[in-house]
Amino acid sequence: MTQQIVLYPLLLQLSLSILLMFFWNKIEIQKIISIAGSVISVAVSVWLFAYIWEHGTQTVQAGNWKAPFGIIFVADTLSATLVLLTAISGLAVASFSSASVVAARLRFGYFPILHFLLLGLNGAFLTGDIFNLYVWFEIIIISSFVLITLGGEKAQVEGAVKYFTLNILASTIFLTAIAVLYGLTGALNMADLSVKVAAIENRGLVEITAMLFLIAFGTKAAAFPLYFWLPASYHTPPSAVSAIFAGLLTKVGVYALIRVFTLIFVGDAFLDNIITVMAILTLFSGGLGALVQNNLRKVFSYLIICHIGYMIAGLGLFTEVAIAGTIFYLIHDIVVKTNLFMVSGLMYRIRGTNSVQAMGGLYHDYPKLSLLIAIPLFSLVGIPPLSGFWPKISLLKAGFVAEQWWLVGAIIFASLITLFIIAKIWAGIVWKDKPVAEMKSNFRYYANLSNLKKTQMIAPIVFLSLVSLYIGFGAEHIQQISSRIATELMDNQQYVNAVLHNVQNMK
Amino acid sequence: MEVILAIMIGVLYAAGIYMILRRSLVKLILGIIILGNGANLLIFLLGRIVKGHPPIIPGSAEVFQDLYADPVPQALILTAIVISFGLQSFAIILIKRAYKVVKTDDLDEMNAIDQDS
Repeated sequence: MTQQIVLYPLLLQLSLSILLMFFWNKIEIQKIISIAGSVISVAVSVWLFAYIWEHGTQTVQAGNWKAPFGIIFVADTLSATLVLLTAISGLAVASFSSASVVAARLRFGYFPILHFLLLGLNGAFLTGDIFNLYVWFEIIIISSFVLITLGGEKAQVEGAVKYFTLNILASTIFLTAIAVLYGLTGALNMADLSVKVAAIENRGLVEITAMLFLIAFGTKAAAFPLYFWLPASYHTPPSAVSAIFAGLLTKVGVYALIRVFTLIFVGDAFLDNIITVMAILTLFSGGLGALVQNNLRKVFSYLIICHIGYMIAGLGLFTEVAIAGTIFYLIHDIVVKTNLFMVSGLMYRIRGTNSVQAMGGLYHDYPKLSLLIAIPLFSLVGIPPLSGFWPKISLLKAGFVAEQWWLVGAIIFASLITLFIIAKIWAGIVWKDKPVAEMKSNFRYYANLSNLKKTQMIAPIVFLSLVSLYIGFGAEHIQQISSRIATELMDNQQYVNAVLHNVQNMK
Repeated sequence: MEVILAIMIGVLYAAGIYMILRRSLVKLILGIIILGNGANLLIFLLGRIVKGHPPIIPGSAEVFQDLYADPVPQALILTAIVISFGLQSFAIILIKRAYKVVKTDDLDEMNAIDQDS
């Protein structure tokens, strides 16, 4: 029963999307299956996480081909945590999209593709084989292409062309990197690579390969200077789609960076410096980009970029405290970013516009809702004791110890600028008087929706806000998880042993 | 053989990137296709080219006695070709759609998303 536990999240998402295809035109049934399936997937992921927490890293060898020859699936604490967060975001988005995405879009296979996307994400987190990681990346991007173009409006198609080109380019670079790495070592299994790359004498070649990986994953993660596809495309699809993209797609890039640079290319001062510089510039450029935008969803898009900087910063510092901060930030960011884009979708339903200038008066019309959206907004800023505050302590502490003053400055600057932007948004959409605007006649405003639809839109925001509050107030638990992951990542011998020698790391 | 392949891969990468940098949508797709082919050939080359030694263990032996052609790169290329085939067909439909909606082939004129809304 528990022997194949690593595969259960994958099998569940796969069977869900196949099942959904049988109900192609019956949207109401699809909604029920999708939400119910997502609830089951949260339960399975909690089970997986609890099992990994108890029994240490688990592996499944596909077709019983002994590692390093076959494809292997590995669930360590980091993978299990991310699978759990994927399930949580997936549940929220499944519920939110059944109310906020219009039926015309849902009819063209929205839900099956959504679950394919979640399948790809789970696969990328769980695989232990670098080429298999490439395949999962392709599953993720092809699903995201369909989701981003569904509806085919002008802005959407234009955004999709940019999104498509840069993601394909990144994938090709990833493939090139795999080819070079295979030529160097003759291995694809990540644990095997870890051993073999460490033994290579020609470090120059290794550094070049690592740079190729950095460019490929940096593009996926939207790090400076490779982020330009993100603000060009993330605000074009329906907000439910943006929510899942914002929460998880860039984070897959961050996950891949963490995995590759803690397992395969370790302890190279040159690479660590490059990553640190990238982090500093990402923090600056994302923050300054967000400052000048007026479209609510573009502001949030730039904030995604800005906050990717925090995660890369921890990776660049490469100490246990810093990695723990990175992981904590990752956990916090997935929940909050998903939530923020759902908030932006809700605001769009309420006011019929994305422009911050044209919004306002939310506190007057919906006081309770204003209180609700305060939680994700201020969690993002990291006002203690909300969730964004704790990882920054670890990052700053690690920065001080490493004496990386530019990085410390950038982290403080980005926090300040985030605070300023969120205060501006708060004043603009909640406190300011509602500007006089004509009601659009063919637009379904929030006030005219049925109670069921209102609940389907509000419930996921409440759910994710509660998760955010838990991350903030239960920071001790999350810190425990992050520290354990950081220990596992810094001592990659554990991972290698679990994969190659099938040793269970009992805690 | 290796040298010719290496030069060819270089040319394919260069041509692919040059085409991606052009302003026309069709050339963009052609660039992506050429770049993908370059990457596939690169895997093939870096898997080491061995002539006339199929990876089959003779009945009389337990393990490989001789030099043999590595079958893994071919499996990788096959997978990569299938994936890029799917993506390219999607891309072609996408640019057709983009051309219909935006009514231009010029990437520089695709700037509706930069306007504030």
